[in-house]
Amino acid sequence: MKRFIGFIKKEFYHIFRDKRSLFILFGMPIAQILLFGFAITNEINNVDIAVLDHSKDATTKEIINKISASKYFSIDQFIEKESDIKSVFKKGKVKAVLNFEKDFSKNLIKENHSNIQVITDATDPNTANTISNYVNAILQNYLREQNKNSTSAYQITPQSRMVFNPELKSVYMFVPGVMTIILMLVSAMMTSISITREKELGTMEILLVSPLKPLQVIIGKVFPYIFLSIINAVVIIILSLFIFKMPVQGSLFLLGLESVLFIITSLALGILISTISATQQTAMMISLMGLMLPVILLSGFIFPVTSMPLPLQIISNIIPAKWFIIIIKAIMLKGVGLQYIWKETLILLGMTVFFIGLSVKKYKIRLE
Amino acid sequence: MSNNKVIEVEGLTKMFGDFIAVNAITFNVEKGEIFGFLGANGAGKTTAMKMLIGISNPTSGAANVAGFDVFTNAEDIKKNIGYMSQKFALYDDLTVKENITFFGGIYGLSRKKIKEKSTILIEELGLQNVSNQLVGSLPLGWKQKIAFSVALLHNPKIVFLDEPTGGVDPITRRQFWEMIYKAANQGTTIFVTTHYMDEAEYCDRVSIMVNGKIEALNTPKKLKEQFKAKSMNDVFLKLARG
Repeated sequence: MKRFIGFIKKEFYHIFRDKRSLFILFGMPIAQILLFGFAITNEINNVDIAVLDHSKDATTKEIINKISASKYFSIDQFIEKESDIKSVFKKGKVKAVLNFEKDFSKNLIKENHSNIQVITDATDPNTANTISNYVNAILQNYLREQNKNSTSAYQITPQSRMVFNPELKSVYMFVPGVMTIILMLVSAMMTSISITREKELGTMEILLVSPLKPLQVIIGKVFPYIFLSIINAVVIIILSLFIFKMPVQGSLFLLGLESVLFIITSLALGILISTISATQQTAMMISLMGLMLPVILLSGFIFPVTSMPLPLQIISNIIPAKWFIIIIKAIMLKGVGLQYIWKETLILLGMTVFFIGLSVKKYKIRLE
Repeated sequence: MSNNKVIEVEGLTKMFGDFIAVNAITFNVEKGEIFGFLGANGAGKTTAMKMLIGISNPTSGAANVAGFDVFTNAEDIKKNIGYMSQKFALYDDLTVKENITFFGGIYGLSRKKIKEKSTILIEELGLQNVSNQLVGSLPLGWKQKIAFSVALLHNPKIVFLDEPTGGVDPITRRQFWEMIYKAANQGTTIFVTTHYMDEAEYCDRVSIMVNGKIEALNTPKKLKEQFKAKSMNDVFLKLARG
């Protein structure tokens, strides 16, 4: 035990004396969570739009007022002819143009129908889509208000309610994803690098010749990272609680346990990577390409798994992060207990045991 | 005499697939001896040494190191030997004192013992002024000397040195060999591989490996007579060229 404590002390010296690893350990999580929370968002705010109003009557005025009153849009300019639309888009500031047809209100009263064209700049398809949806929603809303007085025929009014994230805050989606990435990065990449570093420096040999058992060496190497990963998880949860007001509906204790499980999964992966790579660079590349990319692209963090093509959906099942994201989303947003996520937990547990087994085997072969 | 043998090797062989890295080598090393283990790169020295220090399993043969069998008691061997490799083997980002404490710790020395030992060691090497500096900031020669002292920290019966003086200037090499002599005089057996033939002359006995086999084994003086050579360098060249 005394040997073990000495070993861990040494690991902490390594970590705290290396500015690069300190930055990855503590700078990265905070930077990522703030970036994802503030900068990268699917919501739209104050989008500049232009208006081409061919009728300029009471109804169009009202609609324009309604749109500019919303916090989503601000009217940048009024244009007068169709040919201006192109030039306005080319300048890039305006993201959408509303084009009211001639005699808008007259048509509406006479024929019960009139047209408005919503033209969006689709160089960014997601934003374009969102803008057009928002405009639609505002128009529907307007119509509904107007029709309240008249006794028109049948009407279906959908009343949507978004549960678990009523305000559709994107930070609710990013926090679980970022937490997953950070835990994976710190646990897998940092441990694989720190183990391969000893191999590169030749000190691993010295450790193996010492009375320390290989297993003790490995546990000694990963232990500090378990500790630091837990601190990171706590920091991320605190940041999301207090800065983004993201609630944790479920049990914090369960969230903690599941996080520790995922940390151990990642550590096992890190050890596995260190057994197959000879240099720190290789270990880093494998961690980044082999772990980070799948986590970002295939885990359901950014792109929903259900809308992927079938082969990718199948592949996504072998990514531990996918299961962990499902688990923490369920705990944080839905507030469920273990009875709803035991399957995912079991899968994660199985993967962990598999990776540990595999890396122990690989490690033994290397010693040969 | 026979109970004075600290390393006994009999027909030790290591194969990687079809390739025979070490081919049935047989030799003994006596207590307090400085045993030079020579050979060109790729001759199998390092593989042979790795079997003796218990981090590589032999394919066949028998070996007994510090009284323990390499097949069954590798863990006991590790407690009784010291090791210093050709790559520099202290931690650059730890201070001299921290390195000593760490290595003392993994060999199971008590805190009190480590303190005593490190005070003596730092004094002997004249490191009082730099004992709290990171090892990375010290010259290579100093590092090698510290590494050797650290390998001796737990009073091992045998110290294995794998090309310990690579890249070190002649004066430091000289001082390093003085340290080796001192340790040998105190009864520690030294098993050393080297590239420098002048260093081979300092050894009590020398073995020369060629293509996985031990082609010659004797005192430097007798080897020179046997091969009618002026220096160990000539002996080595004659053997290596076949």
